[in-house]
Parts: sequence; structure tokens; C-alpha cells
Amino acid sequence: MPFLFPRNPRRPQNRRAGPTAELEPSIAGYIWAHTKPQQLWILTIVALSMIPYFMSFNLPKDIVNGPIQGKGFEAPGATQTFMRLSFDLPFTGEVVLFDGVQLERLPMLMALSAVFLALVIINGLFKFYINTYKGKLGERLLRRIRFALVDKVLRFPPATFKRLKGAEIASMVKDEVEPLGGFTGDAFVAPALLGGQALTALAFIFVQNVTLGMITTALVSVQVFIIPRMRRRLLVLGRERQITARQLAGRISDIVERIGTIHAYDTTNYERADIAARLGRIFSIRYDIYRWKFLVKFINNFLASLTPFLFYSVGGYLALSGRLDIGQLVAVIGAYKDLPGPLKELIDWDQNRQDVDVKYQQVVSQFAVDGMIDRALHDVIPDAPNGKLGKPLAAVNLGVVDDSGSVVLDGVNLTLNPGESVAFLGPVGSGSDTLAEAFARMVWPTRGRILAGQANLLDLPEGIAGRSITYAGPDSHLFSGTVFENLVYGLKNAPQAGNNDDGTDPREREWRRREAALCANPPYDPEGGWIDYAGLGLDGPSDLLDEIMATLDCVLLSADMRDLALRTRISAADHPNLARKIVEMRGLLRADLERQNLTDLLVPFQRDSYNPEATVLENLLFGNVRDENVNAARIRTNASFQHLLAAQGLDDTLAAMGLEIARNVIGLFADLPADHPFFRGLNLMTAEDLPAYQSLVQKLDVAGTVPTPEERDRLIRLAFEYVEPQHRFGLLDPGLQASIVAVRHELHRTMPPELREMVEVYDPDAFMETGTLRDNIFFGRVSPRFRDGHEQVNETLERLLRQLGIYQGFICIGLTFDVGTNGGRLSITQRHKVALARALLRKSDYYLFNRPLAALDVRSQETIMAAAAARLRGRDPSVGIACALSTPALAQHFDRVVVFDSGEIVEEGAPEELTQNSGITQAMIRA
Amino acid sequence: MQLNDEVKVLKKVPMFAGMAPAKLKLLAYTSDRLSYRSGEALFRQGEDGDAAFVILNGTADVLVETDAGAVKVAELAENSVVGEIAILCDVARTATVRAITPVEVLRISKENFLKLLADFPEMTLEVVRVLASRLAQTTSELTAERAEHQAQKAR
Repeated sequence: MPFLFPRNPRRPQNRRAGPTAELEPSIAGYIWAHTKPQQLWILTIVALSMIPYFMSFNLPKDIVNGPIQGKGFEAPGATQTFMRLSFDLPFTGEVVLFDGVQLERLPMLMALSAVFLALVIINGLFKFYINTYKGKLGERLLRRIRFALVDKVLRFPPATFKRLKGAEIASMVKDEVEPLGGFTGDAFVAPALLGGQALTALAFIFVQNVTLGMITTALVSVQVFIIPRMRRRLLVLGRERQITARQLAGRISDIVERIGTIHAYDTTNYERADIAARLGRIFSIRYDIYRWKFLVKFINNFLASLTPFLFYSVGGYLALSGRLDIGQLVAVIGAYKDLPGPLKELIDWDQNRQDVDVKYQQVVSQFAVDGMIDRALHDVIPDAPNGKLGKPLAAVNLGVVDDSGSVVLDGVNLTLNPGESVAFLGPVGSGSDTLAEAFARMVWPTRGRILAGQANLLDLPEGIAGRSITYAGPDSHLFSGTVFENLVYGLKNAPQAGNNDDGTDPREREWRRREAALCANPPYDPEGGWIDYAGLGLDGPSDLLDEIMATLDCVLLSADMRDLALRTRISAADHPNLARKIVEMRGLLRADLERQNLTDLLVPFQRDSYNPEATVLENLLFGNVRDENVNAARIRTNASFQHLLAAQGLDDTLAAMGLEIARNVIGLFADLPADHPFFRGLNLMTAEDLPAYQSLVQKLDVAGTVPTPEERDRLIRLAFEYVEPQHRFGLLDPGLQASIVAVRHELHRTMPPELREMVEVYDPDAFMETGTLRDNIFFGRVSPRFRDGHEQVNETLERLLRQLGIYQGFICIGLTFDVGTNGGRLSITQRHKVALARALLRKSDYYLFNRPLAALDVRSQETIMAAAAARLRGRDPSVGIACALSTPALAQHFDRVVVFDSGEIVEEGAPEELTQNSGITQAMIRA
Repeated sequence: MQLNDEVKVLKKVPMFAGMAPAKLKLLAYTSDRLSYRSGEALFRQGEDGDAAFVILNGTADVLVETDAGAVKVAELAENSVVGEIAILCDVARTATVRAITPVEVLRISKENFLKLLADFPEMTLEVVRVLASRLAQTTSELTAERAEHQAQKAR
């Protein structure tokens, strides 16, 4: 089947360019349409700036000729007029604005120099203003077009997204329109200015000599005609480069997203080849571009220098034959000096314009999609749409054909009434899932309609349809951000009153609002108020928090959040209240365990006793190491720490202990292959370290040599990690424990500042920033001796959290966990639960679920779905609930079951009827 | 109790008695030392067995759940091993074991034990030898029991 294996896979053709109502067909048109007044303003300013510019040309000559060389100051005490301002008007004669002052030679020099300085400053200021203004203009336009593009993405019909690559869109919005900003400022100013300069120079040549003027015009015309044409190929190449670079971006994001599959299927080398081939193509295009670019440059330069050649040869001939005045020839050559500069810049500008225009059109054509969602449907609707959606929700003769042309839903008629719960039963692809998606407007009907009351669902504003219908599907689609942000995401439908008032300077806010308006951006603040508490029937944020707690309980996520919180490190400065309560909890936890006779579950840190469940080093330091990876080695090698160990004679003891540990470990593990799973349980050394220790032990035991300082350090390091109940080599007698505690006391008394920075000493009365919340509450080690030790302590912990009233604060800490890209830092079941909770928090008329908990076992699904339905019903008995199910296990919880097969409804009825007499349902139940 | 003491106890368990001390030490090292309070169950009848327990000190009752309630069928003292069949094959626990004093045990997980057997085949031989002699003992007991039963019937 060769068609499956094409040599040169052809990219799908760009979608046909449809009407682009909001983006003008050319970049010049776009810029003019949106910046006309500003362009005219900047043109005026540029024209004005010419006055001081030309004045400053003449001034040096006046200074040199006048005061310096003494022209007009021949007589001592002679004066000249300074600053006489006058101009001639026809009919009225000379009008004098200012008579000027009479100045002598030296004051005149100073005055003219001052004028020179002033002109330099004025010119600089003009330049500063013009450049800033142009930059501002460009950036505004960039903001406008980027926003317009993303706005279009938000209005693409859903089917479009099956063909789009996120990274390609991103690269268009981010990179490809970037040059537009730079071009905007020069779009009209540059041609006006440069064209003016070129025409002036040309005119001057004409004035000097018509023949030479004609020659110049002819050559300039050739230049202006040929060069842009030659550059056309550059434009084609540029467009190709743009597309290949964009596809490269798409491929790279493909690799990143599917890295797991790539490794699993061993296709890394295929991917490498693919990327190399793409880079090769980009290289050859760019190389082509360079060759053309410099060829064109060569020809351009040649044409530009051909003119002076003709001046010298033809003009010289004319002068020699007496038909041309030599003075004139010199003047023409002088005037010509000013022509190539502007001309070259003008041609460059034109090149830039075409380049930007091509990029613009490329991008615009990509964003021209048929069937775009009408802008009006996305208008902000501030008030809650309660009850605005017509009832019931009905699919009328609904047909959906997918991209491949197969029918996934055919002639389906179904009504979802308020207050009713319906199960769409059937495996994925049977139509049950598509129907749920169609009700959620994620799939648009090919035939038929979905009606809400009398209105077509797709004609309703999203402000009504999107809020009155809530959907949760099998792909949880979490956004990067915290769990909390994901939970309340579905509530952020419209900016609330005071959305923009973030307490900053009102002038600053006004400035932001005006800038947004100038770029046709909406003025709302994403960090501002977006949640309509009243519309949700809530009093405010604390009410919402209660609602979230209840919802978390409902989807069985509370324990996960609590555990996330327990693993979190917080700063006492951010949560002073919580930190204080946590310190308080240490004693309470201890007392509570005592009451339950469970004291030995938790071995606390005590200043004056050795904690057998902690390592030797932990016992020595009696504190947490900040930045463990960086500091652990620095503490070990710290001079005063080592000195202290030596002073107490502990270093020898620990080295001997390390040697004994090494002997024991070697005895246990020497026979095992390096990849043996038992090594995982060994935390003292890795399998790779073992041979080195083996030879060290041999050297010390057999040869009886004294260990070098490094070897000693390695042995002491082993001893530092030793935990008696875990390793059980019998190396920590009470005497040694006591001397370790003694060294600890000595260390704390004399601790040098550099150690103090690296170690946070345990303090039973203070919050530890280096510890997780769990570490902080336990303030000790859970003994591994009891099988359910952790569970028992956690149970007590949770009860105490509730008693102290900080349980909610704790869950809130858990809610600040960053879920990562696509929620990747949560487990898949957690993702599903968060997505379902996000849906349950919304207040809608209908809830459409599509296998929302597919990753969970059936029993948990049943528990959660029953709780979820009860919760929705309890809040508002009139909500309609529908859920697409693959298996009938959950079907009995619904009022009505609709069975799908091959895109059609095959059966419908109450669950008990169906389970009794239907062949298909029976078959599904058996399956 | 140190590793070496644990090895001494293991040495007294018939199934482990013939194994090399170094291997027993590894077995002890990879096993968990657990404590149970009096009244706590080591495991319950009907659960999946995933570990053998060697009682290091304390005593525990072996209880069989019947319709009439739990019936004590044996008492386990120091150095006895319980549940060892579970680390060789998948069987549900046939009885409940409950500590009647505070009990210290060495919990030998099936996973670790099987890994040891896989790496050191000579250990397997030792286990087979012990199992076979046990089977022989059980068989002879069963035969004697049957003979008794027949004799009673005949009477």
C-alpha cells in the first residue's frame, strides 16, 4: 500500500482563506486603518523636526566664517545682528518679528555656539520623541493584532481544533507577527521622508543639468524597477521559511507532549532524523535566501555606482566638448551624493514592507476560518443567567459526522427534562459520548439541532448556554495553576463590579484602561473579581470555601488535599496563625496519642535525649539542614564541626563505626548482583559504591593501614546515616548515644554563624521553615515498628486539626498545590476528581457528564456519582442530569436509561425495565 | 535486638535451619521488625497471606473463626514461626493470629523471600526438604487418623 508510505508526505493544504472581516487584507491597510491619526501626527512632527535639522546644517559655516575667521568683524568693536527674526510676505513686504541684538565678535561666537548646542539638543529631543512615538505605535499595533488573533482562536468552531497544532498557533501569535510592530512606525513616515529626500536630490540635479537629470532618472528607474522584482524570490523563500519554522515548532511540541510514547516505542532516532531533516530544509531555504540577498545587493550597488560612472564619463565628455559648464558638473556630482543613501533605504523599506506583508497575509489566512462563532455570542453578560435558558433541552433529529466522514450520531431525538436524570448507556463511539459532547457544544451537529426550549443552543450567547449547562468529560483538561484556581475556573464567567479596582493608583488604572482601549483589548483585570457570589447563592469568599470543602468531600478529594498540605513547606511569615497553631498541636498530638496508649508510635525530638529513629547526623545537629543538596557536604567538611567532633573523640568512634557498617553491608550484599531489588532498601550506599568500600575495608583490615582523611570522611559519612532500629548492626550503645547528645549540646553552645545559616535547630516552641507541615506537627519520627503507624497517627492528626479549627486552613494549603501542565503533577484519579469538583461547584440548569471518573474503580465511581447527584439535587431539585456511561453498573441510579448503539438510540426506559427484558442491555451487562 | 540475634532465632525455625548464616542475615535484614500491642491481630482469617511472621518475643493466640465464635486452636511462643506457607504460595489465611502480650515479630515478606530463593537455589532445596518432611508427617498423621476412624465405625 504505497499511499500509506509516501516519500514526501504532503502537508495538508492551508485551509481556504475565507472572508476576514476584522483583519484587513494587507498590512498597509491594517496599519492605516488603526493608526491613521497617529501616522498623520508623526508625519507632522517629522516635518517640523526638519526645520532645526536644516538650521543646524548651516550653523557651523556661520560660526567658522563669522566670529572665528572674522568676517564682518574687520573693524575693532564691530558688531553684527544676532537673532533677527523676519520673513518676507508678498505684497506687505518684510515682517520683522524680532529686531535682534547687536553683538561683538567674542559674544557673537559664544551666542552662536549656544545656538548650536540648543539645536543639537532640540534635534535630539525630536529624535527621542519620534522614536518613542514610533515604538509605542508599533507595540500598540502588535498588542492589537496579537489580541485579535487569540480572540479569533477563541471563536473558532470546535472542529477546527482537530487540525490545529497549539505550538504552531503560538509561534504565529508570538513570533511571526513580531516584525509588524517594528514596521508600523516606519510604514508611512519612512517613505515620505526618504522619498522626499530622494526627490529633492533628483530635482536639484535637474536644475543643474537636464541631460544628466534624465540619465539619473533613467538609472534610478531601472534600480527601482528591477531590484524589488529580484527580491520577489526572496519573499517566496521567506514565506517558506516562515512555514517550515512554524512546523518545526509544532513538531518540537509534539515531541515534548508525546515523549513517553517515543521512548516506549524506541523512535527517538526516527524523531532525530525528522528534526534533522526539517533543520536541513530550513538551512537550505536560508542559504538560498542569503545567496539571493547578496546577489541583489551586488546588483543594487552596481547600479548605484553606474550613475557616477556616467557622470564622469558622459558629463566629463560634455564638459570637455564645452557643452557643459564644469561648475555645473561638480554641482551635479555633489547633489548626486545625496541620492543613493535615501534611495537604498527606500528600497530596503520596500523589501521590509513586502516581507512583513507576506508574513501578515500568511498569518491572517491561517486565522480565516469558516463558521467562526459570532462575536455577539461572546459578549460579557454580567448577571447570572438563572432560568434564562429555555426548557427542556432537546436533541432534534441530531446527526453528527466526524472528520473521517463516519456517522457517529444519526437521527437522535432525545429530551432532557429539568429535574430528571438520564444515563446515556453505550461504549465509547456508540454515540452516548458524542451526544453528551453535543449538549455541551463541544461537537456541533452536522444535521438536526439541539434546542433549549424553542431556541437553537448554538444561537444562544455563551454567557447563557455556557453557564446554564455544565459539562465534565473523560479528559480532565486542567490548566496550569493551583488546585484552587482549577476548582473555581468554571465560575469566572464575567468580570464583576470593581473588577479593575485592585487598589493601585487610579491614574495608573486609568492609563491601563486607556491603553487597552487603544488596542481594542478588553479592560478587565484577570486577577480582579470574576466570581459572581450572589449569582451562586453565596455570601462571599468564605462561603465559597465552605462550598469547596463540601465538594471535595463529595468527590473524595479531601484526604488528598490534606496529604498535599502535610507535604508542603510554608513560611510562618505568610501564615502566622497556622504556624502558631501547628506548634501548639505538637503537645496536643502527644497527649492525644498518650490517651490512646499509642505513645510509642511517635518518637519525639528531645534536646537531651538521642532519637533512635533519626540518623546519627540528625542527632548530632538536632536540626534540619537547609538546602540539603548544597549544604550537607559543607556541614560535614565544616572546620569547626570537625574540630568539635575531634575534641570529643567522636571522630575516631564514628570512623570505627563506619568501618563496621561497611563490613556488615559488604557481608550482606556482596553476593548480590548490582541491580538486585534489595539494594533499593539499602540507604547507606548504592550498589555502585559497594566495590569501593570493599577494597577500602580490605585495605584497612588486611594491610592494617591508617585511613587517609578522605577515607575517614567516607567512613564517617556511613556512620552519619546509621539508624539502629532500621539497620540493626548493634553499633549504637547507650554510651555512644550519650556522647553524641553531649556533642550536640556543645555544638549548639558554640555554633559558628556559617553553620547556623545551614542548619535550623529543632525548637519545640518554634515553627520550622525547613520542615514540611507534617514534620512540624510530628516534631519527631513515626516509628516504623508498627504496621499501621502512619495511618493511626494521621487519624489522630486529622481529628486534632478539626478540633483546633485549622482543618480548613490546612486543606487550603493543599489547594495551593501547583497541578503542573495539564495537571500532570496530580495522579489521574485526582485529576478526574478535580475536574468533577470544578463542574459541581458551578450552578447550572443542566449537568452533562461524560465518563467523568473513567480512571476510578467502579465502586468509587458509584459512591462519588451518587454523592454528586445528591448534592446537585439538594441544592436545586430542578436540575437535569445526564451522564454517558460505558457500563450499566451505575445505570440504576438514574431515572431513565437510553441505550446507544452505532450512533442510534436502540432502547429507552427505566433502569429496572431495561435490565429485565432487553437483549442488548443484557448483553452489555454480561460484558 | 540486633540482626545477629534475629539470625539466631531464624536458625531455630525448621524451614530456615539448613540455610547458610549469611543468607539468613540477609533475610533478616530485608525483613521488617514490627511490634504489636496485646490484642492486636498480626493477620486475620480469610485475608490474603503475604508474609510469614517469626515471633521474637511475646505470645500470640491462633484463633479459628467458627459459627460459634473464635476458637483458640494454638498458642505461639517465642521463636515460633507462623504463616510460612503464605510466602510460598497464594493461600488465604486459615486462622487469625492475635497478640496476647506485647509481641515483637520479624515479618518476612513473600516478595523478598521469593527473590532470595530465586537468587540462591540452594536455599530452595532446603525449603523443599522441610516441606517434604512436613508433608510426610501430615500424611502419616492423616493415615493414622483414618485408621482410627475406620476402627470406630467398625465398632
